[in-house]
Amino acid sequence: MDTTKQVPGLLAASIGRKIVMGITGLFLCTFLIAHLSGNLLLLKPLFDPNDGGKAFNEYAEFMSKSPLVRIPEILMFIGFIVHIGLAAKLTSQNRNARPQGYVFQANDGKTSIFSKYMGVTGSIVLIFLLIHLYSFFIKHRIIGTEETMYDTVKIAFSNPIYVIFYVVAQILLALHLNHGFQSGFQSLGLKKNPKWNALINKTGLWFSILIPLGFAIIPIIMYIQSIA
Amino acid sequence: MRTMKLTLHIWRQENRNAQGRMETYLLDGVNEHMSFLEMLDVLNEKLIKEGKDPVAFDHDCREGICGSCGMVINGRAHGPWYRTTTCQLHMREFKDGDEIYIEPFRAAAFPVIKDLVVDRSAFDRIIQAGGYISVNTGGVPDANTIRIGKETAEQAFAAATCIGCGACVATCKNASAMLFVSAKIAHLGLLPQGQPERMQRVLNMIAQMDKEGFGNCTNTGACEVECPKGISLVNIARMNSDFLMAQLK
Ligand code: HEM
Ligand code: SF4
Ligand code: FES
Repeated sequence: MDTTKQVPGLLAASIGRKIVMGITGLFLCTFLIAHLSGNLLLLKPLFDPNDGGKAFNEYAEFMSKSPLVRIPEILMFIGFIVHIGLAAKLTSQNRNARPQGYVFQANDGKTSIFSKYMGVTGSIVLIFLLIHLYSFFIKHRIIGTEETMYDTVKIAFSNPIYVIFYVVAQILLALHLNHGFQSGFQSLGLKKNPKWNALINKTGLWFSILIPLGFAIIPIIMYIQSIA
Repeated sequence: MRTMKLTLHIWRQENRNAQGRMETYLLDGVNEHMSFLEMLDVLNEKLIKEGKDPVAFDHDCREGICGSCGMVINGRAHGPWYRTTTCQLHMREFKDGDEIYIEPFRAAAFPVIKDLVVDRSAFDRIIQAGGYISVNTGGVPDANTIRIGKETAEQAFAAATCIGCGACVATCKNASAMLFVSAKIAHLGLLPQGQPERMQRVLNMIAQMDKEGFGNCTNTGACEVECPKGISLVNIARMNSDFLMAQLK
C-alpha cells in the first residue's frame, strides 16, 4: 500500500471537516445549555416579586466583567465561525457533487427530513443570531448604555414582532438540532453500538425540543407580563 | 398472467459529451413475471426491429450480486423495492397504464457514458488506493487458524457484502460515496488481517474519494435505505473514528 501519503490536516479531508463540524456543533450545544440557564433568571421576578430583575442583572454583570468568562466566550465565537465556514464549504461541495439532478423526484419516506435543510435552518438561525447579538451584546458590551440588561430585555420582549421573530427562530433551531445533535455524534464516529445509538437519538430528540422551548417561553411570558 | 401497457420515459444520451434528454416510449404486452431488465430487453428488441438505437444499460449477473444494473427508477435507485437490485425488481410491482421514469445514476464522479450507463471507475480507484491487504494470503486457509469472534466475523461479513453498485451515491442528496468507502474500510478494519495497514488504508481511501469529487455525508441515511445489501451507517461511524485515530497517531 502506498505509505507515502502524508496525514492530511483535519480540514484537508472531507471526513476531517465533518468531524470538526460535529465537534463545533456539539460544542455550540453546550453553549446553548449555559446560555439558557442564565436566561431562566429572567423569570425569577415571577416567583420573587422583590427581585425585579436583580438576579439576571448580576448574572449579566458577571458575564461581562469576569475574566474567567472570556476564554469560553472567545471559544464560542471561534466555534460559530468555524461551524458556519465549514457549513458553507460542505454545502457548496455537496451541490457540485451532483451538477445534474433527477427529473423524477421521489422520497423513500424513511430518512431524516431535517438533515436535508440544515443549510436553510442554520442560515435562519444565523440571521437570528446577528440581530440578537446586535440587540443585546453589541448594545451593552460595545456601544454601551445606561440601561440594565434586564431593562433592555424587557423592552425588546414587549415588542410583539420581536417576540414572534424570536419564537420562530427557536423553532428553526429545534429543527436544526433535531437532526444535528445525533448527527454530530455520528460524525465523530460515536454511533457504533445500537444500544448507545438509541440513547443518543432519544437525548437528541429531547434536547431539540426542550432547549428551544426553554428559550422561547421566556419572551412569551415577558410579553404577556408587559401587556398585563 | 397479467400483462400491461407502459409509458416509459428514459434518459437518452449518445456519449459522455452529448446533451441528453428524456424520451418517451410506449411498450405493450409487458408480462408481470418479467424482471425490470427483461422488460428493457423487450423494449430494445422492439427498437432494433424499428431500426432505432437500443437503450444502453449495464447488467451482468442478473441475480443481484454483481452490482452492475444501476439505474434510477421513478426517483429511486434500483426502483421501489428495498434491498433489491434492478435485475431483481419484477414487473408485478407495476400496473397497466403506469408511467415509469428511468434515469442514470447522477453524480459528478459518475459521468454518463451512454444512456443509462455511467462510468463507476471512481470506485475502482478508491479500492486501488487501499481496499486490500498487501500480503500474499496463499490458498484458502484452514478454518479457525485465525480465530475471530462470532460478532466481529458477522460485522465484517455484513460490511463485505457491499457489491459496489453505487446506489448509495445515486441516492444521496450530496452524491456522497461514504457508505461504500466505509463498508470497504470496515470490512478489512474489523479483521486481524486488516490491522497492519488499517490507518494508512483509511487515509488513502478517503483521499482518493475526495479527489474523485464525491460529496460529504450529512448523515441523512438515504444510502442505508436504498442500499440493496443493507450496508449500515454504523460503518460510517467506524470509518470516522478510524480517521480520527489516524490523525491522532
Ligand atoms: C446555536 C447554534 C447552532 C448549533 C447548536 C448547531 C449545531 C449543529 C450540529 C450539532 C450539527 C451536526 C454536525 C454534524 O452533522 O456533524 C450541525 C450541522 C450543521 N449546521 Fe449547525 N448549529 C448551529 C448554528 C448553525 C449556523 C448559524 C449555521 C449556518 C449558517 C449552521 C449550519 C449547519 C449545517 C449546514 C450543518 C450540516 C453540516 C453537515 O451535514 O455536514 N449551523 N449544527
Ligand atoms: S454500500 Fe450498498 S449501495 Fe453502496 S455500493 Fe455498496 S452495496 Fe451498493
Ligand atoms: S445485474 Fe448483477 S446485480 Fe443486477
